[in-house]
Amino acid sequence: MAIWFARSRTLVSSLRQNLGLSAIFIKHNYSSRRPVFTNSQLSPRVFLDPFSSYRHESTAVETHPYLVQQSDHEDDAQELDFPGGKVGYTSEMKFIPESSSRRIPCYRVLNEHGKIISDSDFIPVSEKLAVRMYEQMATLQVMDHIFYEAQRQGRISFYLTSVGEEAINIASAAALSPEDVVLPQYREPGVLLWRGFTLEEFANQCFGNKADYGKGRQMPIHYGSNQHNYFTVSSPIATQLPQAAGVGYALKMEKKNACAVTFIGDGGTSEGDFHAGLNFAAVMEAPVVFICRNNGWAISTHISEQFRSDGIVVKGQAYGIRSIRVDGNDALAVYSAVRSAREMAVKEQRPVLIEAMTYRVGHHSTSDDSTKYRAADEIQYWKMSRNPVNRFKKWVEDNGWWSEEDESKLRSSTRKQLLQAIQAAEKWEKQPLTELFNDVYDVKTKNLEEQELGLKELVEKQPQDYPLGFHN
Amino acid sequence: MWGILRRSAVDGGGGFSASSLRRTRFALVSARSYAAGSKEMTVRDALNSAIDEEMSADPKVFVMGEEVGQYQGAYKITKGLLEKYGPERVYDTPITEAGFTGIGVGAAYAGLKPVVEFMTFNFSMQAIDHIINSAAKSNYMSAGQINVPIVFRGPNGAAAGVGAQHSQCYAAWYASVPGLKVLAPYSAEDARGLLKAAIRDPDPVVFLENELLYGESFPISEEALDSSFCLPIGKAKIEREGKDVTITTFSKMVGFVLKAAEKLAEEGISAEVINLRSIRPLDRATINASVRKTSRLVTVEEGFPQHGVCAEICASVVEESFSYLDAPVERIAGADVPMPYAANLERLALPQVEDIVRAAKRACYRSK
Repeated sequence: MAIWFARSRTLVSSLRQNLGLSAIFIKHNYSSRRPVFTNSQLSPRVFLDPFSSYRHESTAVETHPYLVQQSDHEDDAQELDFPGGKVGYTSEMKFIPESSSRRIPCYRVLNEHGKIISDSDFIPVSEKLAVRMYEQMATLQVMDHIFYEAQRQGRISFYLTSVGEEAINIASAAALSPEDVVLPQYREPGVLLWRGFTLEEFANQCFGNKADYGKGRQMPIHYGSNQHNYFTVSSPIATQLPQAAGVGYALKMEKKNACAVTFIGDGGTSEGDFHAGLNFAAVMEAPVVFICRNNGWAISTHISEQFRSDGIVVKGQAYGIRSIRVDGNDALAVYSAVRSAREMAVKEQRPVLIEAMTYRVGHHSTSDDSTKYRAADEIQYWKMSRNPVNRFKKWVEDNGWWSEEDESKLRSSTRKQLLQAIQAAEKWEKQPLTELFNDVYDVKTKNLEEQELGLKELVEKQPQDYPLGFHN
Repeated sequence: MWGILRRSAVDGGGGFSASSLRRTRFALVSARSYAAGSKEMTVRDALNSAIDEEMSADPKVFVMGEEVGQYQGAYKITKGLLEKYGPERVYDTPITEAGFTGIGVGAAYAGLKPVVEFMTFNFSMQAIDHIINSAAKSNYMSAGQINVPIVFRGPNGAAAGVGAQHSQCYAAWYASVPGLKVLAPYSAEDARGLLKAAIRDPDPVVFLENELLYGESFPISEEALDSSFCLPIGKAKIEREGKDVTITTFSKMVGFVLKAAEKLAEEGISAEVINLRSIRPLDRATINASVRKTSRLVTVEEGFPQHGVCAEICASVVEESFSYLDAPVERIAGADVPMPYAANLERLALPQVEDIVRAAKRACYRSK
């Protein structure tokens, strides 16, 4: 326990270091056409733009700083009073550069060969936990593969894989507590899998059958489960971000020992809701962990066309949010980062931002063929050499916690279970028509009752058109 | 002139102006049509007391919106609540309708009961994805696992001299969406009873107020002043009984229709005035029962004519009471133009008492 705290302190201090580095101003080179005026040459009214706070009257500053001759070394000691607090001033006109000379480094623990990098900060993971994490990552892989094939065979209408992002899915889930409320985007079924959703339950949702907890109301992969604190996946992008701030606010008001955790992709950060969600969470001091899966692609839009910032991690500071960039394909790093972020969020009642760097190995969804807009060997490279599952497997194997026999047993039994689940889900009937009008409201309104009655009468009158009847 | 009236309305409704004269006239009219209630209450106070009582009764209820706290509310509806309940429960939001609507929905998902204020429903368009896709459809899409006990409230429809981007009526837009309940109060009693019902309702409710009604005073009964008072959602109110023609409407237009009914009574036409109160679910039963009694229908609304609330009422009556109709249904709505600013143009773009009287007479074959 003591070791954990020591490590997390160093984690926090290294966080601070990283943030500090990015705040260094780099002197900008001005073009020779733009003269730099000194105080003595021009009256301040001409120099400053019409909206300058020079006209700000309510500040308690006795002398107007721009009128008084100041020598350079005294400048930085002076402070200006503005709404929002005191700010030092400078007579040197320098623009904060659009980018730092050094990108924010990425926190990682395991190298590509599955060996722990010496002197890493990380939270130790027990054998039991590590094996479970690996098993779930492998299960997620098998699940994605089989459901994808099922869609290709026409058995389900749609599917979306998380190939390449298994470490983010499972390691983040493992780092949370079951009371933490998860608001997913759509590429995080692993979180639900970790929390106990069965392969049969996944299959039922994809087939929209009678056993589906969603009662056949949604497209495949739009899983949701109250019981597992996993909010139903919603198609519009980034709406879950301000909602997560709201959930965090509710948890804060009810003084619960839990936080809201929400996921977003790199593309989703362009939505207005990203700004609103982060800004609000910071202002409300809500316990929210924002996890951005920066996988390089938003369908066919590469991140170079999505934003010009150094990824997403730098945006956190703009909102006053503590942030970290982590190697999303390193399960141990993701586990440590999410675990620490979660503790900070709950103990300090503040939002935290994690940017997990990764690569979307699969297509965006079954409606996409990514070879149309990216090189096939790029995909192969990430699939084979930068595979998060293999990397973690090496570490687990090196510890003597996993063998090839365990591997083949797991993969074949999972595959078998999935095929059976699909066959069973396919055979289940669909929802009865009695469910058509339920849940529009908490209690059915009169007009809906009338419509339901009308449909029932129609079905009974025309059985040839409605062979399944009203009740199934 | 309208601009001056508008300023005094925003300044807290205390100005001595034509609006206060209008208030007195309406009070006279409504005193004749209401049962003896010696107490009077403005719609503003009715809404304020409703929110106050519900916040007091249930600690999960909280208010959020722009200017609702320190400023006491852009239209002073939330006056005094910040002092009473503190900043956690009366939350001043940054300017992002999409943001705070999303947050409100998230808080509702997690079990709180937010009352989200839009400075006007025109601004709700910036948040409409969250209202429809995150709030209205959630209970259905999650098969009952996620319910959203949220209320979206604020002024709707035309005010006075505020131009096109501040004057649209959103009743038809929101009432077309399954999963939402849409309410439109007229009197102080409506405001209290319907807002309390909305806050207590487990479904998302869009609560359409009217800026020009905030300062209006109405008689209010002892029953309506009780903290447990609640009006049923989905029931219309017959404001005035009649036998010759049914006139349906909601919100500010109820006042206009009541005045028109007075004028019609002078000419021997007895109009039955229905205050819809609830746009979704629409009280088709009451409307149709009335039309079956009078055989004539005039529907009135302030909003744009195409696909409006009146269109839905016409369809309902034609479907269910066709053989009872003695005349074609008359529809009165706002002009099919973005609301102009100039006072004379604005007046022509909105239904007036004379338009209602003329339409009722046409339905009764008394004029062309």
